[in-house]
Amino acid sequence: MNPELPFFPEAASTVAGDVDVLFITWSVISAFFTLLIAGLIVYFMARYRRRHPEEVGARERTALWLEVAWSVIPLLITLVMFVWGTRVYFKIYRPPADAIEYTAVGKQWMWKLQHPEGQREINTLHIPVGQPIKLKLTSEDVIHSFFVPAFRVKQDAVPGRYTSVWFEATKPGVYHLFCAEYCGGEHSRMVGSVIAMEPQRYEEWLAGGAGGKSMVASGAELFQQLACDTCHRAADNTGRLVRGPALDGVYGSEVQLASGGTAVADDNYLRESILNPNAKIVAGWQPVMPTFQGQVSEEQLTQLIAYVRSLGAGEGTAAAGGTGGPSHGPLDSAGGQIDSPAPQTAGPAKPEQQ
Amino acid sequence: MNTHAAAEPLVTPGPETAFERPNYLNAAYGLRSWLLTRDHKRIGILYLISISVFFAIGSLFAFLMRLELLTPEGDLVQPDTYNRLFTMHGVTMVFFFLIPSIPAVLGNFLVPLMIGARDLAFPKLNLASWYVYNLGAIFTLWAIVNGGVDTGWTFYTPFSTSFSNTHVVSTALGVFITGFSSIFTGLNFIVTIHRMRAPGMTWFRLPLFIWSHYATSVIIVLGTPVIAITILMVAAERLLHLGIFDPKLGGDPILFQHLFWFYSHPAVYIMILPAMGVISELVAAFARKPIFGYKFVAFASMAIAVLGFLVWGHHMFVSGQSIYAGTVFSILSMLVAIPSAVKVFNWTATLYEGSISYQTPMLYALGFIGLFTLGGLTGVMLATLGIDVHVHDTYFIVAHFHYIMVGGAIMAYLGGMHYWWPKISGRLYPGFLSKLSALLVFVGFNLTFFPQFILGYLGMPRRYWAYPPEFQVLNVLSTAGASILGVGFALPLFYFIWSMRYGKRSGDNPWGAVGLEWDTTSPPPTENFYTMPVVTHGPYEYNREEVHNRMTEEKTLG
Repeated sequence: MNPELPFFPEAASTVAGDVDVLFITWSVISAFFTLLIAGLIVYFMARYRRRHPEEVGARERTALWLEVAWSVIPLLITLVMFVWGTRVYFKIYRPPADAIEYTAVGKQWMWKLQHPEGQREINTLHIPVGQPIKLKLTSEDVIHSFFVPAFRVKQDAVPGRYTSVWFEATKPGVYHLFCAEYCGGEHSRMVGSVIAMEPQRYEEWLAGGAGGKSMVASGAELFQQLACDTCHRAADNTGRLVRGPALDGVYGSEVQLASGGTAVADDNYLRESILNPNAKIVAGWQPVMPTFQGQVSEEQLTQLIAYVRSLGAGEGTAAAGGTGGPSHGPLDSAGGQIDSPAPQTAGPAKPEQQ
Repeated sequence: MNTHAAAEPLVTPGPETAFERPNYLNAAYGLRSWLLTRDHKRIGILYLISISVFFAIGSLFAFLMRLELLTPEGDLVQPDTYNRLFTMHGVTMVFFFLIPSIPAVLGNFLVPLMIGARDLAFPKLNLASWYVYNLGAIFTLWAIVNGGVDTGWTFYTPFSTSFSNTHVVSTALGVFITGFSSIFTGLNFIVTIHRMRAPGMTWFRLPLFIWSHYATSVIIVLGTPVIAITILMVAAERLLHLGIFDPKLGGDPILFQHLFWFYSHPAVYIMILPAMGVISELVAAFARKPIFGYKFVAFASMAIAVLGFLVWGHHMFVSGQSIYAGTVFSILSMLVAIPSAVKVFNWTATLYEGSISYQTPMLYALGFIGLFTLGGLTGVMLATLGIDVHVHDTYFIVAHFHYIMVGGAIMAYLGGMHYWWPKISGRLYPGFLSKLSALLVFVGFNLTFFPQFILGYLGMPRRYWAYPPEFQVLNVLSTAGASILGVGFALPLFYFIWSMRYGKRSGDNPWGAVGLEWDTTSPPPTENFYTMPVVTHGPYEYNREEVHNRMTEEKTLG
């Protein structure tokens, strides 16, 4: 709770102010209409109270202009509020191009969080102030929901797919992190905190921890361990048979499917291709890839995808990503469950999306 | 509405001998005469008993939850117990109390009376619906007694299908079976309203109570099969491991939410439309004036029924559904608020130049209008995408839907019970005590649920057994309000039962109200009318000479 304003929550993200203004405006409108109706009722009750038992009310009256007025005025108000509310919603879910991707995996009853540099945390997330952060979410079991009231953002973590949300903290502090979607026994203990720090202090914190390998480096290692590279490689002159498409430049591109049609190679597509390879076969290739369901954890999956992304984005995208290594540069924000304004793949067709 | 006597009345009605006259209560005695009855009025009473039991059970769960939430630490019950409490509170209140409440009790009793019919179109189906309801109730009660269920009343997958260790299938089967009792009732109302109206009872002479029950019945008949299929799919995945919703089995958890809310959002209108019908009757009767804009109010019910099927996705704005789908559901959800607003404005305008009395039913009705307005407006706030993201799954939602379901549906149900109780029982209840109960319900309700709006915006998630200490003050207020609300709800139970034996005889029409149901005796005879009514004018016409004449003859309540 905000000490100065005990009945209003702390606002600590770039979207919080937008949500608050929208909310306060709506609250004022609601209060106005509720008091208007209540006031009229009280006035009429007093003014037209029954004065003797036989009294009856006036004859039937109709007034078309009144009916039209009290249909159209609320309609106009709601239309304005709809447009306003939708703009705020789009702002909450469309990450800016320079957002850095963190991952969160929900599990009964904890949040497993990982920084792009490889740092892992449970139920606590340290972030730098002033840096847009895109959080990629999934779940190992049931549906959870990542909710930071001070940031005014919330996003369900759904098993079997990726969803995402972004936020940018505006001031250092420790903020509640709640699981907002009921997830069983210890749901109310699936709480933690987001710790926003000045960038300088964040770097110090990051350096002090047992950081481990970056997401991309871990993914590259897995790529070798799981022998993905025996099939997914460019044709060379060793004479080995190439049984799968090379993955350079695949991320974010539109791939031609054997079944006809195309799919955008975003996070959810890559996830499906690893866990259920025969669901969408790339044109020109045989369905020979075995499933990796049960062999890779949710966290390993996100590392593999981070690695594939580091191999370059689809042609036409503006040299995003680079070739690996921890990066504070502009990672391609394409992918994720929520809409992404990926250049060159601007069509809404993402078949695996609900 | 006047009745033209086609023949001499069989019995000469007189208020002094009212209770001795043949009526549906003294037509036959013994348990058998009730359990095998096909009289819509008696079936309404049977439903009243059944749903009151569930209301008491559901209230007990709510009471225990509010006690647990007095302190931030979870100290009264275990978290698993708390999870079962809110689940069973939701399941019993939604499926076994709110959905049947007004249609199955007041609707059953009044639909034939109001349109001038002797009974519903299918009396045996009506009795069957009560038995089917109780059969479903047995499954759910069995689950409650054997440890309960912990999925939330929403049964979200994959938690409900692959993770919960409680009696999900039994509970869901109870809901599944009870759904058929709703369908039977809905079907009966549709056919009855189409086919059994008295001569001269045209569509635009129907009381608005009938219009809203017609709209409700359409939703019930179209929507309930969808929840039935969804429940079967949950059972299939849980018992047979067919992959439908659990991604580990190849299913899609979001698919469940689409199917569930396709029924369960219209189900909100199943609860609130009959309530709106009750309020139209009460406002007209206690302002003694026709409802302002009758046709607009009637068509608003139909508009709500149709639009209500197109808004389910507003429960899924943060589920990962496409933001464009969210946009469409947002605007459609806002559109459904317009007919509701039209109703509120028309009720208020009806009071203008009325002759308003402050009887107990009217207090409930006016309370309804205020609470429903706030509940509806917060609903439109929730349909606003940018706000919903923050308050989704918080106490703001809990407060909003309790304003609709308790402040709306239950206030109307109680108002209706107080209005038609003399018709049902032929007796009066204590005036002061009943006004006190209306006041306690209104005050207790607001104290319980208004703080929850603030809690929600502060960020307290729903379904939390323990919470950060800064939320305690508002939770204590809420629990205090709940105890006042509990007293307000308990009072009518006692004085209604008391009045059946000790209440003053009410006479046929203690309110001086118009409407076919007030043209017959109270309680009505088994056949409803001694002579079949012929209708010559619209409902709520108080400004007629015969109404004036009758008013001066009859004593009105003090």
